[in-house]
Amino acid sequence: MSLLQTKDLVAHYGDFQALFGVDIELNEAETVAIIGANGAGKSTLMRSISGVLRNDAASVAFDNRPIGGQSADEIMSLGVAMVPEGRKLFPSLTVEENLLIGTYGRKTTGHWNLKTVYDLFPILAERRNNPGTALSGGQQQMVAIGRALMSNPRVLLCDEISLGLAPVVIKDIYKAIPQIKAAGASMIVVEQDIAQALAVADRVYCMMEGRVTLSGTPDSLSREDIHNAYFGASH
Amino acid sequence: MIWVDTIIQGILLGGLYALFAAGLSLVFGVMRLVNLAHGDLIVMGAYLILVLVTLLGLSPFVAVFVAMPLMFGLGWALQRFLLNRTLGDDILPPLLVTFGLSIALQNALLEGFSADSQRLPTNALTTASVEIGSITLGVMPLLTFASAVLVIVGLNQLFYRTEIGRAFRATSDDATTASLMGIKPANIFATATGIALVIVTIAALYLGLRANFDPNIGPARLIYAFEAVIIGGLGSLWGTLFGGIIIGVAQTVGAAINPEWQILAGHLAFLIVLLVRPRGLFPRAND
Repeated sequence: MSLLQTKDLVAHYGDFQALFGVDIELNEAETVAIIGANGAGKSTLMRSISGVLRNDAASVAFDNRPIGGQSADEIMSLGVAMVPEGRKLFPSLTVEENLLIGTYGRKTTGHWNLKTVYDLFPILAERRNNPGTALSGGQQQMVAIGRALMSNPRVLLCDEISLGLAPVVIKDIYKAIPQIKAAGASMIVVEQDIAQALAVADRVYCMMEGRVTLSGTPDSLSREDIHNAYFGASH
Repeated sequence: MIWVDTIIQGILLGGLYALFAAGLSLVFGVMRLVNLAHGDLIVMGAYLILVLVTLLGLSPFVAVFVAMPLMFGLGWALQRFLLNRTLGDDILPPLLVTFGLSIALQNALLEGFSADSQRLPTNALTTASVEIGSITLGVMPLLTFASAVLVIVGLNQLFYRTEIGRAFRATSDDATTASLMGIKPANIFATATGIALVIVTIAALYLGLRANFDPNIGPARLIYAFEAVIIGGLGSLWGTLFGGIIIGVAQTVGAAINPEWQILAGHLAFLIVLLVRPRGLFPRAND
């Protein structure tokens, strides 16, 4: 039984169509990676699932409920949290306040709270009173992930969490993913770094020009399949 | 000694201007909305207190507490159902709509209360004074200033010590990302305007107790409020109090030199600050 599903999902920015009938599926306790080149539609897919872009109600389902027409705050309240591309920390808030804003308006129960997030990323405890945006890029990404975890989501959407970070920092960030999975969240990880994506994912979707061009488990996909799906067969 | 007295009177007058400005500063700080009807809402608040005093026989100091929740509700609904629709990348729609609201309010007040000037009923407290050395201070100006300080302290506590305050700041930074945190920006904006109108009601109490008011004086209150906010630095609450004090002191000093210069001196102080520090004295770092 799928936890989250898109069905024939389309998205537009004005006259420009960014997604053309995308079907993906995320099962309980699963990590799905979405890979693809710049402009493939990966972030648009995340924005559509999270409610930043509104869709037809039936085009996104969570727990077998249509959520496509709901707003971002409603979808978040249902248990779908997002780590947005570019981290998007709130400059007016300290590190700790950025984390606490993830629990706004509700008492959450579950594994994740300030203590467990600080255990996951100990550097954040040391920097808790600093403005979030005064941190390094990697530390900011940790805050963005921690902020999303604070709501104890059932589904965590991670949009380009390695973008703009040094390889050693990316490694640190990805080290946290098994612990996040172990705590019970299902994840969709959007990634341009194919090796990282294949290492953490149970299944992979490859996108190109707003369409899913390939899907399968990491073991079942050959390098050539992925290359063709990523860049197009003619490359 | 006359000059010391003049400056102290100016500082206390600044409390009134800070009260005029605090709601404007709050709304601008949270949603970057410049409410051109702010002054008229203060005047409307004064009429609301007057109606409550007249109909229910309340003291103005009691009536203000009855008026506060009514004004909060009005502000919430105004923002939720009208002003939220004007927010976006274009700054013109909120200016046009609040300008129209200003005119509509003035005309509604004229229709309802006529152009005759009114005043809230005063008692012994409003004319009492205390002597400190050789300086005599009115109890009412002292109360006004104390209220302004309390309002600014209260707003700072709200902004920096509460969950809703965090949501105000987060939504002000980035409303789209705030919605990904489960925050409803439309409700946050409505709550901010509701709180701004509670402060407007406090300002209205002192406006009505200290001087006559009529339906046409709103735009002048707006100008003083604007100047205080801009002198202090957009989005800075303590800066708004400081801005009010600068205008108040400039006005009393101007009046001491020549009574005709009172209003002009306040505007000149504003222009000088604008020339020297275009972003105000205490601008927010991330504006």
